[in-house]
Amino acid sequence: MSPAQNPKRPLDEFIKGLWRENPVFIAVLGLCPAMAVTNSLENGLVMGAASTFVLVGSSLFVSLLRKLIPRAVRVPVYIIIIATFVTTVDFVLAALMPVAHKQLGAFISLIVVNCLILGRQEAFASKNPVGLAAADALGMSAGFTVALAMIGGVREILGSGALLGVPLFGDSFEPWAIMILPPGGFLTLGALLTLFAWIKERRAKQEMRRQSGSDQSPVQRRAV
Amino acid sequence: MNGAKEPGSFRLVATLALTGLLSGLVLVGIYLVTQPRILRNQAEALYAAVYRVLPGTQEIRTFVVRDGKLVVYESPDGNLPEEQAVYAGHRGNGSLVGYAVPGEGAGFQDTITLIYGYDPSRRVIVGMQVLDSRETPGLGDKIITDDEFLANFEALAIEPSIVAVKKGKKVNPNEVDSITGATISSEAVVKILNESSQQWAPMLSPQDETSEVSRNVPRAEP
Repeated sequence: MSPAQNPKRPLDEFIKGLWRENPVFIAVLGLCPAMAVTNSLENGLVMGAASTFVLVGSSLFVSLLRKLIPRAVRVPVYIIIIATFVTTVDFVLAALMPVAHKQLGAFISLIVVNCLILGRQEAFASKNPVGLAAADALGMSAGFTVALAMIGGVREILGSGALLGVPLFGDSFEPWAIMILPPGGFLTLGALLTLFAWIKERRAKQEMRRQSGSDQSPVQRRAV
Repeated sequence: MNGAKEPGSFRLVATLALTGLLSGLVLVGIYLVTQPRILRNQAEALYAAVYRVLPGTQEIRTFVVRDGKLVVYESPDGNLPEEQAVYAGHRGNGSLVGYAVPGEGAGFQDTITLIYGYDPSRRVIVGMQVLDSRETPGLGDKIITDDEFLANFEALAIEPSIVAVKKGKKVNPNEVDSITGATISSEAVVKILNESSQQWAPMLSPQDETSEVSRNVPRAEP
């Protein structure tokens, strides 16, 4: 992480989660939900929204309480805070969106063990003021949700021939059942990771060519 | 990090205890707020399923088993009974359509929970709907969505027993055309129906259980 004296702007912290440090495509975190529940766009979006609530809520609390939480017990305290938000999401979804809740099943409760969420508390929220922590959490959540939506969208189009439940092709289209099965998650994620790595590398090369001779390109900064 | 000196163990224990306590209080509050709605969702989903598996139903009456007999269950709060229950469906004129019976058993991946409509006067199943399952998406989950498969259960004889046959091989009224690629899930549904119908059918009489006579003696003892 960059040192504290570096004047960070909340907007930067937000944007980095979308692209430069995208939790799924760049940092390759939170893969369990990214593959397990993304057999349709809707499931990806609901999972993204649930994770957003948990990540933003726990980041706010961890940042607010960062001076009160003794270092030796910080991880259990973070986990309790995260688990409280996850259980809240679980109950609220069951009450308000029973169909989506049934679809996601155990994976809502498993947000507790999404390493992305604990990772942001440890790496960012526990060291930064509330405003920045919120911006970071929102950015990371947005990046996570976009990633889940992309995986879910690709898998639903190919695996069910539909998007958000609306059929896209005529009856002549035979859905690729494998895409909504677990292998489809691996295939889609692999293809998207390849795509993003390629884009990143191409940009880095362009950057280097443009400022050849000058310092290292900022694009090469690695995610933590 | 903050805090130059390490706090004593009392502070550590107190922090954890306080965090746990606050978390517990928050969760109790949320539970109390959401629980009525969650129970209502379950009841609504079940009643919707009863209407589907007993075509023509306009009024549903809930029965539970007490001392080996069916007894009308009047829900105090509109929620489902916690014990095993069956649901009698009635037409507008009060005549009995049949009973919707929930059943469950092992599927390909996890427990399949379903509900089926049983017409005791004709001794046939008149409808079936899966309530909960984790069958393979795209293959096993066709037991929920496949119209051809569900059509098997519109007039399915339960005697001598229900038999799953290969797709297109159904000739007798007690046979079910399996889904190609989902044989295990299809057979699991048949097995659940067999076990449940053999247990329940003797108890479900074609007479209208809710006729005035029996309703006036709701706790008829043997």
